[in-house]
Amino acid sequence: MALTGLDIYKLLPKTNCKKCGRPTCLAFAMQLAQKKANLSDCPDVSEEAKNTLGAASAPPIKLVTIGVNDKKVQVGEENVLFRHDEKFYHPAGIGITIDDDLSPAAFDERLKKINGMKLTRVGTEIEINLVTLINKSNNAEKFAEAAKKISGSSPYSIILSSSSVDNMKTALAACAEKRPLLHGANAQNCESMAALAVGKKCPMTVTAPKLEELADLAECAKKAGVEEIVLDVSGNNPKEVLQKLTKIRRAALKKNFRAIGYPAIAFVSEQDPYQEISLASAYVAKYAGIVVVNNCEPWGIMPLLTVRTNLYTDPQKPIQVEPKLYSIGDVKDNSPVMFTTNFSLTYYTVEGEVESSRVPAYILSVDTGGTSVLTAYSGDKLNDKVVAKAMEDCQVASKVKHKKLIIPGLIAAMSGKLQETLGWEILVGPREASGIPSYLKTEWHN
Amino acid sequence: MEIPNVAEKWTSNVNEITIGATKEKGGTRAKTVTVGGSKCIPFMDFDGSQGHKPVVAMDVYDMPPDDWPETLKKPFADVLNNPAQWAKKCVEYGADLICLKLEGIHPDKGNKSAAETVSTAKSILAAVGVPLIIWGCEHDEKDNEILPKVSQAVKGENCLIGVVTQDNYKTLTVTCLADGHSIITLSPVDINIAKQVNILVSEMDFPLNRIVMFQTTGALGYGMEYTYSIQERERIAALTGDKLMAMPVICDVGHEAWRAKEAKSDDKDAPQWGAREERGPMWEIITAMSLLQSGVDIIRMNHPKAVAAVKKCIDRLY
Repeated sequence: MALTGLDIYKLLPKTNCKKCGRPTCLAFAMQLAQKKANLSDCPDVSEEAKNTLGAASAPPIKLVTIGVNDKKVQVGEENVLFRHDEKFYHPAGIGITIDDDLSPAAFDERLKKINGMKLTRVGTEIEINLVTLINKSNNAEKFAEAAKKISGSSPYSIILSSSSVDNMKTALAACAEKRPLLHGANAQNCESMAALAVGKKCPMTVTAPKLEELADLAECAKKAGVEEIVLDVSGNNPKEVLQKLTKIRRAALKKNFRAIGYPAIAFVSEQDPYQEISLASAYVAKYAGIVVVNNCEPWGIMPLLTVRTNLYTDPQKPIQVEPKLYSIGDVKDNSPVMFTTNFSLTYYTVEGEVESSRVPAYILSVDTGGTSVLTAYSGDKLNDKVVAKAMEDCQVASKVKHKKLIIPGLIAAMSGKLQETLGWEILVGPREASGIPSYLKTEWHN
Repeated sequence: MEIPNVAEKWTSNVNEITIGATKEKGGTRAKTVTVGGSKCIPFMDFDGSQGHKPVVAMDVYDMPPDDWPETLKKPFADVLNNPAQWAKKCVEYGADLICLKLEGIHPDKGNKSAAETVSTAKSILAAVGVPLIIWGCEHDEKDNEILPKVSQAVKGENCLIGVVTQDNYKTLTVTCLADGHSIITLSPVDINIAKQVNILVSEMDFPLNRIVMFQTTGALGYGMEYTYSIQERERIAALTGDKLMAMPVICDVGHEAWRAKEAKSDDKDAPQWGAREERGPMWEIITAMSLLQSGVDIIRMNHPKAVAAVKKCIDRLY
């Protein structure tokens, strides 16, 4: 079990020397217990304390890094089962498979498609992370040749998948500098596969049908010197896979069970792409560190990437849109102008309603630090001056011929002052975004 | 190596609700649908019983929807102006329930009358054997005018009717109580308001076990995670004994997902996103599939392909 702040305090020097940057040893101990401080901050800590605390303060789920440079994938080191308790830290890696027995032309075509799996939605680029090379040919040279091709042309990190140690060795030699994840260690070959991983300092997976065996294999890999291990929970029964993912996460976090304190990987392979992406999404939501799919179409990959983006956002930090003037539809100089805040949920709700009204309009997203209309208003982050400045920054006056501004109904109280500051006619819009379409159709005249 | 037992011992469960009534129970439904009852985190039946399988309700509008993209209209092409035929088609497509969305009673839409709406509801009940959800237009005055008359006209059918909010709940609560229907309480992605509106409704002697909660639904990419986390908190509250949070949950996935650009844009406007025939249903499917992980009992959906995929996936995970 994890140590409490008081347990930790007992092991500290108790000198309150402040060298760690905290006022007292107790304060430092409390932060250590919450994993918000590092033991190395204390210069006087005893060896005994280091050993005891070192083991207890290691993250319950090991961080695993695949690849190098800016496209490397880091998974693991999660602290919670539910994102509302804190947040999920390391977004699941999304991989797409490519078989090494494809004809050269087909291989190149698929690789090119995978390499281009970078999509833009709501102004943000999202992309996959892992090209997953499957040694379907069971041939070492083909596998290595394909690995070399991927290493040379793909921006993404690599998973090499083969249960043949010899084939893995050959392919690894062709791309070791990319620090690929080795997928193929099982009960039969774990030690020799581990030797390969240790030799090139690569992370590797272990595969077994049952959690008990997975723990044994992880132990075996660890003994052989592999530090970064990923547990393969793939299987034909989706319910079993989903349950394994939850059991691993719970064992690590709630029971502090180190033997399976590693991120997990799930290969999802379905004839039906709807089923494939559905299951992959469920696994992303519930605790997979990496999911690998065969689907390589934007209509499949984009929703999968979006699930990840959504669930890995920090629930305590409101997400923001860029504060600027947005044109919705074919706006003209007589189109209505309204403002809302730059809290993304607020903004997109307003945008959605304006779009569905089919009345072209300008929406000014006012920078309120990503808070909603009422929160910003009560916190004085949304007042007449803030709005006036946003109007000026975005040169709203030069975009339209009229001088009418629609304001959120929730802050009707602000209209008098705003009219004074701005010199524009203030129209009080609906209190809820859902009222926008009818407002624009019936109330707006220009 | 032995793995520690990680099963949670939850102390409570989600309420069970049956929607619809057969002849023996005073209605005319060929079958009823029971939801809720779960004693575990979704699909984790090593914790305890999963209760009833999540179900899919397909939307039928009382007027042809004005904002549906072509992809969504196509499977319903001949029936969009005939709610009864539309409902029939939904049942063919696998709907467990029909959700009659009274878009057309909104003063800005069709401003349809009570008489017209009653006959629409009755025509659906006559056309299909599955239970009925009746969903107002979320315009308080109009809902309070029309829904009581519809409720009365379908008395005995044990429908699920909504929605009530903390500002507008009295009329519909009294009506549903009198006519023996269950009720949907809405809260705008806010767990405290969710509890508040449940309290308000129950203070009018409305039984807690006839309430279904609706947290408004954020589509994938458009606030899905807010809905996800609130529903997850609600589910955990239910499992740990909060009687005011123990209601089954309904999500409006279809309508929300199909408002997203990712679902509805024409291929020429978004060539980089792939064919919309696949893209649209996929957006709806993945909105549903991710929310299911947070704890949902009834999912409102639209596209037949999406309904089929989600139902199949639920069967496999359940």
